[in-house]
Amino acid sequence: MILTHINYFADLINYFSNTLGWGFGGKILGYVIIALIYMTFFSVAGLLLVYLERRVAAFFQLRLGPNRVGPWGLLQTIADALKLLTKELFGTDRKDNLLYHSAYYIVIIASLMALSAIPFSKGLVAFDVNIGVFFISAISSVGVLSILLGGWGSNNKYSMIGGMRSGLQMISYELSSGLAILTIVLMAGTLSMTGIVEQQRDMIFLLKGHIPALIAFIIFVIAGTAESNRTPFDLPEGEAELGAGYHTEYSGMGFAWFFLAEFINMFIISAVGVTLFFGGWLAPFGITDGLGPEWAWGLFWFFLKVFLMIFLLMWFRWTFPRLRIDQLLTLEWKYLLPIGLLNIIIMAVFVYFGLIL
Amino acid sequence: MEKIIFYILAIVIISLAILSVTTKKLYRATLYLLFVLLAISGIYFLMEYNFMGAVQLSVYAGGVMVLFIYAVMLTDKIGKPLRDIPTKWKIVPVLVTMGTAALSIYAIYSFQGINAQNEATITSVGQVGEKLLSYKAGGYVLPFEVISILLLAVMIGAIVIAKAKKIINQEKN
Repeated sequence: MILTHINYFADLINYFSNTLGWGFGGKILGYVIIALIYMTFFSVAGLLLVYLERRVAAFFQLRLGPNRVGPWGLLQTIADALKLLTKELFGTDRKDNLLYHSAYYIVIIASLMALSAIPFSKGLVAFDVNIGVFFISAISSVGVLSILLGGWGSNNKYSMIGGMRSGLQMISYELSSGLAILTIVLMAGTLSMTGIVEQQRDMIFLLKGHIPALIAFIIFVIAGTAESNRTPFDLPEGEAELGAGYHTEYSGMGFAWFFLAEFINMFIISAVGVTLFFGGWLAPFGITDGLGPEWAWGLFWFFLKVFLMIFLLMWFRWTFPRLRIDQLLTLEWKYLLPIGLLNIIIMAVFVYFGLIL
Repeated sequence: MEKIIFYILAIVIISLAILSVTTKKLYRATLYLLFVLLAISGIYFLMEYNFMGAVQLSVYAGGVMVLFIYAVMLTDKIGKPLRDIPTKWKIVPVLVTMGTAALSIYAIYSFQGINAQNEATITSVGQVGEKLLSYKAGGYVLPFEVISILLLAVMIGAIVIAKAKKIINQEKN
């Protein structure tokens, strides 16, 4: 399927290379500008999410949270980032320098590449491929490696155990989230992210696919929480047992990259969930259609939905206790995976007999 | 533009592939291999064969590499550099590699059936799936089924190996 949607990023490159007539150099300039937009988004969204996490945590514990630096404490995370920037970088004595330093680059690159395939609004997607969902799940499986490499390269037993646990956990739960995504793909009939959003114009997939879609959504949220290493699945960095897990030996910006990437991964999982189940950037019931530029309203609805989903994930953190490693594996292999497999069969039957709305 | 990217990727693949077999640190070899696999998926994306590129990423870079890392961790003395290999052990692998390379190059240049296309055709996932399940000419249903049976056998084997100790212990009691 050749996608002929509006794409503002492609227009930008086209503008520099053809309209201005800069040819090859213009193309490069366009790509660089797009990359800068994404990297700015990466850091700003990361900082905002850290702030949000602290405010939400405070809200659930009847505290105020950060409130001194800037209005409502909004500049707190920027102050934190500046502090991390000025810190000295130091590691263990006999660490493997190559593995140790390449680990956080891999995690950032994997997160940025996954971000590039997410449609933020109408025409606002940098890498609009016909296999968007599959690309995101493929690239996020590369992120696991950075944790394994960083855990080994740090030359610390806690880091290594944290890295191994993380590898186990992420590989296991990738299966379940993959099955949940496949359930929706079965209904949509396409792997393209923009295609999936466009198909939900009349009704979002969570309602359209009623029972199997709801089960898939629950599985996706559980597996997504586990994949982003968040409580109740934060065994890879269980503070009480392992110090800080795989990033124990990272300081300053090395730590900050892992920290930011973790929050961006949460954002990616929420964005994929919103795109698959809640219609992405489409307005609910089309209430803002024709009220102005569609891409601007799209951005508004997309970020509102993602915010609600992120709030849900943060809510989990202060509601459920941490699982033990055997409970974690039991949950995945004995419950989520069989239910996911059964669910996909149910969905196939529903789609075949036209039982979806 | 495509040419430049291709040459960058090709240089990355060749140099890191050589590094991954010559390095003395086993864990680094897996990292180099990871970069080789990522660059190969880059070549697929360059050809706009996005499905294959994503498969390369998820199966090789994401799946097989993690298995490699776990396998490397099970080997003896991974923290220490590997010992030197005697030169006589190197002769046969070098000869085999060179022979394979020569054979591949000969096969590519003597094959006349390739019609290079200027425009990349985007293969959809639907087309891949239909070919995989078609039993007409050019279909792949037989290899597909054979691989399914192989995977099933592997899974049963893994369960048997994992359970063997438990069963032996039970029989002893």
